[in-house]
Amino acid sequence: MTTTEVKPLRPWATTPRQMAPMALIFSGSFFITLFVLAFTPLKGKLAFVVFFFLFSSLANTIYSVRKRGRKALGETLAASVIIGGSLVVFLPVFSILYITLRKGIAGIHMTLFTQSMSNASFLDPVGKGGLLHALIGTLYLIMIAMIISVPMGIMTALYLTEIKGPGSNFIQFIVQAMSGVPSVVAGLFIFSSIILATPIKASAVAGAFALAILMIPTVTRTSQEVLLLVPADLREAGLAMGATQWRTVATIVVPAARNGLITATILGVARIAGETAPLIFTLGGADKINLNPFNNYNSALPFYVWKGLTLGTPESLARAWSGILVLIVLVLSLFIAARTLGTQKMKK
Amino acid sequence: MSSAVLPGSATPKAREITTNPRTSDKVFRGVVTSFGFSALVLLTLIGIFLAVRGFQTFSTEGFHFVTGFKWDVSTDEAGKITYDMGIGAMLVGTVLVSTVALIVGVPLSVSVALFLTFYAPAKIRTLLISIVDLMASFPSVLFGLWGFFVLMPMATYWAKLIYKYLNWIPIFDSPQPYFERSPFIAGLVLAIMIIPIVTSVSREVFAQTPLDRVQAAYALGATKWGMIRAVVLPFGSSGVVGGAMLGLGRAFGETVAVYTILNLVFRPNWHVLFGAGGNIASLIILKWGEATGLETKALLAAGFVLFLMTLVVNMAANFIVGRTLKSGK
Repeated sequence: MTTTEVKPLRPWATTPRQMAPMALIFSGSFFITLFVLAFTPLKGKLAFVVFFFLFSSLANTIYSVRKRGRKALGETLAASVIIGGSLVVFLPVFSILYITLRKGIAGIHMTLFTQSMSNASFLDPVGKGGLLHALIGTLYLIMIAMIISVPMGIMTALYLTEIKGPGSNFIQFIVQAMSGVPSVVAGLFIFSSIILATPIKASAVAGAFALAILMIPTVTRTSQEVLLLVPADLREAGLAMGATQWRTVATIVVPAARNGLITATILGVARIAGETAPLIFTLGGADKINLNPFNNYNSALPFYVWKGLTLGTPESLARAWSGILVLIVLVLSLFIAARTLGTQKMKK
Repeated sequence: MSSAVLPGSATPKAREITTNPRTSDKVFRGVVTSFGFSALVLLTLIGIFLAVRGFQTFSTEGFHFVTGFKWDVSTDEAGKITYDMGIGAMLVGTVLVSTVALIVGVPLSVSVALFLTFYAPAKIRTLLISIVDLMASFPSVLFGLWGFFVLMPMATYWAKLIYKYLNWIPIFDSPQPYFERSPFIAGLVLAIMIIPIVTSVSREVFAQTPLDRVQAAYALGATKWGMIRAVVLPFGSSGVVGGAMLGLGRAFGETVAVYTILNLVFRPNWHVLFGAGGNIASLIILKWGEATGLETKALLAAGFVLFLMTLVVNMAANFIVGRTLKSGK
């Protein structure tokens, strides 16, 4: 016996008949634009994009007005403006990724990850030296900043979601205000409060303090969102079993939100991994590997890029681009890790 | 029925019921609350430290520190160092660059937010949202590099076009035909940097539009754009304003990208297209390397002014956004 599988009908789907005029409109405006650019003094990519956009939205509008009446006029124009605006926004992202890849690849070589700049200058040919010292510095910065800001961020989030004390609205407001503190101000603060006033001088620790200030609000806000997603039933069940609030939070709420809290940490790290401005005041900037985070100048990937950028010779710029490529790969992988964990959480 | 208890197993003693929290809870609440207030303590400390370190500058320069247009440290023959420090020119630059960023960035952000909420097919929506979020996590030094090497050649050409046809408008005029490294180009880069935050706030607000009003508009025969104009924009406009102010806060404090792109000049320059300008944050890193003594203190004072500016803008923005989001619930 054969069963016939019923295919669902999709009467709203676009039929080839409806697609044809659209294809005609876009290819038509493409050729008209080419024609206009070829036979008038207007030249260049900018003119092409502008005129293609103008012609295609004009043709599209006329078509829809003929088909659906005057009501379609504003509708079609608005749609083309909104879609055009979005394209303008998404273009730079791809342009940025493309240029980083193209310029950065040129500076990638064998010794990049095995050597520091202690025996090389930024002005030397690209093959000499590497950014190992900057990688180690960034690793230190991230670890110390995490040690400070993850407990603080998660605790603050717990205060906002679990305790809901009388001041929680106000604290929420303060955390939001803190996330707007410019990175340069965080650097100046650590300079004036720690480097000027305590024995700790410019070092990885001082840099990490400045980064922690920027990381705390990110960790707090993301953890708060995640903790709010933990169903109230779980908390009530814990309390109903006779557990104290402390036990409920420690054994039920936090484990339930574990993935989300890890995501919050990763997002916090992604936020600070590329920060340059605070490091200018707090890190010192060394060219050789410094394994002591408490003492002496250290380096970091963004600082390495910054140094290459400010020197401005072709060799130093090539170093800057390869440094930024390494940095972007780091940020991208953190970002993807956070996304994957985040979606796993949602599927449960 | 008490007979349910198996023989041999001790009946657990009933917990004494009180409203008094246990000691462990008291400790827990105490610890978490003190951590909760740490954000407040940190924010206050930032303000206090910068104000105290910069106090000498505020007291010697007075109000002139904000209005003065000069930043000079000179040593005369007797070895006496005279300071003349004012961040007025940099304030002008900050406002100019941020205004360009807002004028370019906000309409684009709103159109992306509308696109993501109402137009984008569900399949690509999450991908596009991820891309916008990814934009927010690009390091600012990367925006600086990209702006300098990729955008600048194009934007200089656009600036020339604007100058050629619109120079009768005072701000599009230029004292010299030098269009590279201008506030206009720095503003464009800042616009791209603030787009993610303005977009995500606007998107959140648009998504909060009460569904019954949306459906009511459709039921009355509105087109999609008609619905957006009649329901979504009136509802979300104040949230967009708040998002734009958050973007403004970011634009005020942006350092590295502006430093890379702008031609830093200590002179108030209102001509957007002319390659001279600055902002407070880039002033601080420009002068940091060579600053000593009072000049360092003056830079800390400038940092304090920047901190206050961003704090005020951010607080106002969060207030507006919070109110809009609540009104939708």
